[in-house]
This record gives sequence, structure tokens and C-alpha cells, in this order.
Amino acid sequence: MAVREAEPVGSLQEVKDAGLDREDLLGIYRNLLTTRTIEERGHILYKQGKIPGSFYTGRGNEAAAVGVGTAMGPHDVGTPLQRDIGVHITRGLEPWRIFAQYMGRVDGPTKGRDGNVHLGDSSLGTYAMVSHLPAMLPVAVGMSLAFRIREERRVAVAWCGEGAAARGDAHEGMNFAGVRRLPVVFVIDNNQWAYSTPSYLEFAVDHLADRAAAYGFEGVVVDGTDVLAVYREAKLAIEKAREGGGPTLIESVTLRMEGHAVHDDAFYVPREMFEEWARRDPIERFRSWLRDNAGLTDEEEDELSSSVKRLINEAVQRAEESPYPEASTLLDGVFATADELDAPHHR
Amino acid sequence: MPEKTYLQAISDGLRQEMRRDPRVFVLGEDVGVYGGAFKVTLGFQEEFGPWRVIDMPLSETAIMGGATGAALMGMRPVAEMQFADFVSCAWDHLVTVAAKQHYRSGTPIPIVLRLPSGGGFSGGPFHSQNPESSFAHIPGLKVVCPATPEDAKGLLTSSIEDPNPVLFFEHKHLYRRIKGEVPDDRYTTPFGEARVHRQGDDVTVITWGAMVYTANEAAGRLEQEDISVEVIDLRTLIPWDREAVLSSVRKCSKVLVLHEDTRTGGFGGEIAATIAEEAFEDLDAPVKRIAAPDCPVPFSPPLEKAFIPQVDDVVTALRDLAAY
Repeated sequence: MAVREAEPVGSLQEVKDAGLDREDLLGIYRNLLTTRTIEERGHILYKQGKIPGSFYTGRGNEAAAVGVGTAMGPHDVGTPLQRDIGVHITRGLEPWRIFAQYMGRVDGPTKGRDGNVHLGDSSLGTYAMVSHLPAMLPVAVGMSLAFRIREERRVAVAWCGEGAAARGDAHEGMNFAGVRRLPVVFVIDNNQWAYSTPSYLEFAVDHLADRAAAYGFEGVVVDGTDVLAVYREAKLAIEKAREGGGPTLIESVTLRMEGHAVHDDAFYVPREMFEEWARRDPIERFRSWLRDNAGLTDEEEDELSSSVKRLINEAVQRAEESPYPEASTLLDGVFATADELDAPHHR
Repeated sequence: MPEKTYLQAISDGLRQEMRRDPRVFVLGEDVGVYGGAFKVTLGFQEEFGPWRVIDMPLSETAIMGGATGAALMGMRPVAEMQFADFVSCAWDHLVTVAAKQHYRSGTPIPIVLRLPSGGGFSGGPFHSQNPESSFAHIPGLKVVCPATPEDAKGLLTSSIEDPNPVLFFEHKHLYRRIKGEVPDDRYTTPFGEARVHRQGDDVTVITWGAMVYTANEAAGRLEQEDISVEVIDLRTLIPWDREAVLSSVRKCSKVLVLHEDTRTGGFGGEIAATIAEEAFEDLDAPVKRIAAPDCPVPFSPPLEKAFIPQVDDVVTALRDLAAY
């Protein structure tokens, strides 16, 4: 089974055939802008000392995240990672709660118990990552196992970085999913650098998607800066999984445009590499596609960017108004109580 | 009431829960057609089908991570490690994901992980360990170690009901050796309530799992010497019944803490420290500990016998304590 390299997305008609109307396209653009603006603002807040700990951004990965998030169905679930704030935005997590999380406030999804991008909201079908990447990949496989056991038409999406793909969790999760043809889609965000380690020191195959053949399912490589191509491939894979066709491994290729976290200036990435990928900036790329193919006007652009700016300003203010957790709550929630199992998804 | 082996009690308890609650399912290596390495799930796949009794690839990470994901989606997985020793391969998913999930995200992880543990039959370094203290140290996990068939069934039912990850240590040496009366009806045995296995007045032994029987045999021998020994079976380590321990210590004033796990960092140290903090004034002798020595579990019978605490060791220690 050879790996398939996805074509770039072409005309508006092609996109309409894939199920997106013009309003959807503007929504995608707005989600891309929101994602980037959150991270740019977060970086400033971090430098101002308003965000404790560390700060990670997904610059360059916005299209990959928003594209997959857009393809997920309302009852699908996923375990997005540290470059995937775009997934949370697309699933409907309000930006002020993301800032509250960054700042360690009680209104963040983890109420200050975990930091930075370790967040999820089960009511939106997202589950918080852990630092031990890709530990959430087998967890997503387990979610898909539950769907299979109950014969529900739901799909789980498991994210993994190209660096974490070297770990046994990825192998065990993909192998089991292949054996049982589970309704799960694996998305490898290949941003070419695992902290300072380049891909050629992480894996010896041409494409990580080549590994799919070893697990008995399809692999596809997609340009992660092309939001519509990512959407199309994710949609195909998710609907295939929903119909009982088993897993797909999507390798989405981008460049991590900043350091591993904001303390890291990424001196080890060749300058020309940054310059080359800056010309393929996913947001700029989609903006010009919208202008060329969907008649995006100056007025619409102005309106979108000013409304995103307003949203983020209000979000930061609201997050700053959120209190810090009381020290007296330190031990709350180490164990769950029986009544919590009455939550709808546990019944 | 029917008499059952410890193993049959576990099997019956699990089957009863699976009949009662469609969310309960089993996953592990060779649990299906083969019925599990120890035959706890024998016949389950015929009754419940291949999607509720899931033969997993040899992938402890996928078993534990898979159970976690299924639990997040509302299932009640009962996962099996073929031997408790192999839980090291699932450490990350227990400790990094499952144990911390509720604290940081508020989503309960109702999982039972069955762990056939313990030595006594030349299983060697990788089929004999008692790794309970490693997990008792991790906030967010519960640790259960039944000693009797009745408790094995009742505690398994409670474990499946519990909204947290529960490590269910079932001692392999008790599987077919120990029989007892087990009610047929469904019942639960509460966590954090110790059981007085044998009443006594002179010396208390605090223990759990297979060592309950070692302590009881030693106590029987000492009866002839007019030394009255109380044996407390903790039943669960997280949570553990401090009150039962302290009140027995107050009564007898002398105490031996006994476990099959190795000594340094073993859970006995926590019990001894608590007694020293809370019941110092009630003690008439220093707290004594008997545990396996700090080495891997050896294979050859004379070495293994020297490793696992024996009745003679316990008799000697209790005699010394009584005479103190």
C-alpha cells in the first residue's frame, strides 16, 4: 500500500463539492485569525509576566489544526496537542477561557490545576493532553473502542507530533486500531523539528504516513499549510472511519515557525528554511485563495480582523478578572466522587 | 452459603457485574478464548461476545491507554495485566494519564486494573512481584489487596463501581489454595475498612494479601505459648483504615507490620510511621517490620523461600515482641 500524496485544493467548486459554503470558508478564516491572535497575544502576556510557567505556540500549524477541527462531526472527539489551539477554537472553546488557562485562573478548563495548552473541554469533545507525548494517542484509540463496542457512529481523532511518533505509544495504539479497524483517525503534525532534533534523526522513512501500511490502513501526506486540503483529507478519513472503514494516518507537513516554546529562539533551524516556509504562511495562503476564488473583499477582511481583535481584547480582560484558585482547594478533586458518573457521557 | 476458591469468587463477581451493566467490559492478553492466563475469564467470551471480552495484542500501553479512553467515553473497563509485574509497561498510562486526569480535567476515570501478583511458586523475578507500594504513592489511584474469597468478590464489585482508577491486586498464591464462603448475591465490600482476621490481646499484626494467612498460622502456633495475637487484614491500602490500625495498637500496645513486598519504601513504612506519630504513647515496644529483603524475587525454591516472609520468621518476631 503506497502512501498517497494529497493534491492541493483548487477551485471554489471543488470546495463546495467537499461540503463547504462561502460562510463556512469565512468561518475557517476567522478561526485561523483567532488562533494566531491568541498565541501572539499570549506571547506578549508571557513576556509581561502575566502568564506563569512556559508558553507554546503553534505558528505555522494553524491550518492543520483548524482544517481537521472543521472536518470533525459534532459528536466526534479528539486529543489535540500543543500546536493545535486551532482545534479548540474550531470546536467552540471561548478564547477567554484559554487565556484564563494560560494565566492559571479558575475559569480555565483545568481551573489552574494544569497549565498552558494542557486543556480540553469534554462538552466540546476535546480532552487535555499530557506532556508525555503521544500518551493521548492510545487514549483516543480507547475512545474509538468505546464507540465500536456500542456501535455508535462516532469517530476519535488522535494527534501526534513527528517526534513523538518515535515512541511506543504510537506503535501500540496504531497497531491495535488497525487490528480492530477502529473508528479513529491519526493526525501526525509533522513540523520537522522535535524541539531541536530534525526529522532525519527521528525517523528513517520518507514519510511517517508510510508506516500506515505496516498497520494495515491507508496513509496520506498533506500540505499542512493548505487548510482546505487538510479539511478534505480529514473529512475523507473521518467519514471512512464512521462508515466502518477503519483508521487512516494523515501526515500533515508544516514547519514549526517558532521555537519549541517561547524561551527557545530556534537558532538550530536554518534561516533559509524559515524564509521558505514564511512564503507559505497558512493564513496568508488562505487569504489570497479567498480573494482569488471566493471574492473576499477589503471590507470583509477589515471587519474580520477588527472583530477578532475585539474578541481577543475582551478575552484577555475577562481572563484577567478571573480569580486565582484558592490555596484551600489544593486537595479538591484528587479522587472523583460517585455522583460525577451521572454526567451524560457516563450514563 | 456456597464455598468457592478465591479465583472463582473473582470470576463470579466479574461475571455478575458484566451481566448487570453493559458498560462493563474486559480487555487483556489471552482473556478471550483462552480465558486468561489463570482462567478468571473462562467462558466469558462465549457469554458476552468478542467486543466485551477483548483479546488485546501484546500491548500493555494500548490496554491501559485504551481502557482510559473507553472510560472517558462512559464505559467501565476491567483491564487485566497478565501478571502484575507487567504493569511497568503500563506505568505511564496509569500514573501520567489516569491518575491525574480527574484532578486536572475533572473527568472521572472509572477503571479497574486486575493485577495477578505475588510469589511462592518459583515464578522468578518477573512473575512474582508485589508492586502495590509504587502505586500507593501516586495520588489519584486506589489500591486494593483482598485476602479472602468473600472480600475478593465484594471488593471487585466496589472497584467496578468506583469512579476512579483502581488497582486490584489478586494474589496468585491464593487463587486455588484458599476457599471460603461467598454469597451468590451481589454485594459490595467498602474501601478503607480493615477486617479483624483473628482477635487477640497481646500483639497486633497489620498485614494484607497472602501474608494474612502467614500471620494467622504464626498466631495459631503462639496460642500454645499463651501469646494472643490479633491479625488485622487491611484489605485496601488506598484508602487504608488508620482507625482500625490505631485502635488495635492501643489495645495490644505491641505491633508487627508484615508484607510480602520488599522492605525499603514498602507500604509498611507508612503504617509504622503513622503508628509512631499517632500512637506513640500507647506503645510498649518499638514497631517491628517484616518484609521481603531488598532484592529481586529469586527463582530457585530455597532462595525464594528465603525471600518471602515465612511463618517461622513471624513466630520469632511475635515472640520477641511479646517478651519485650
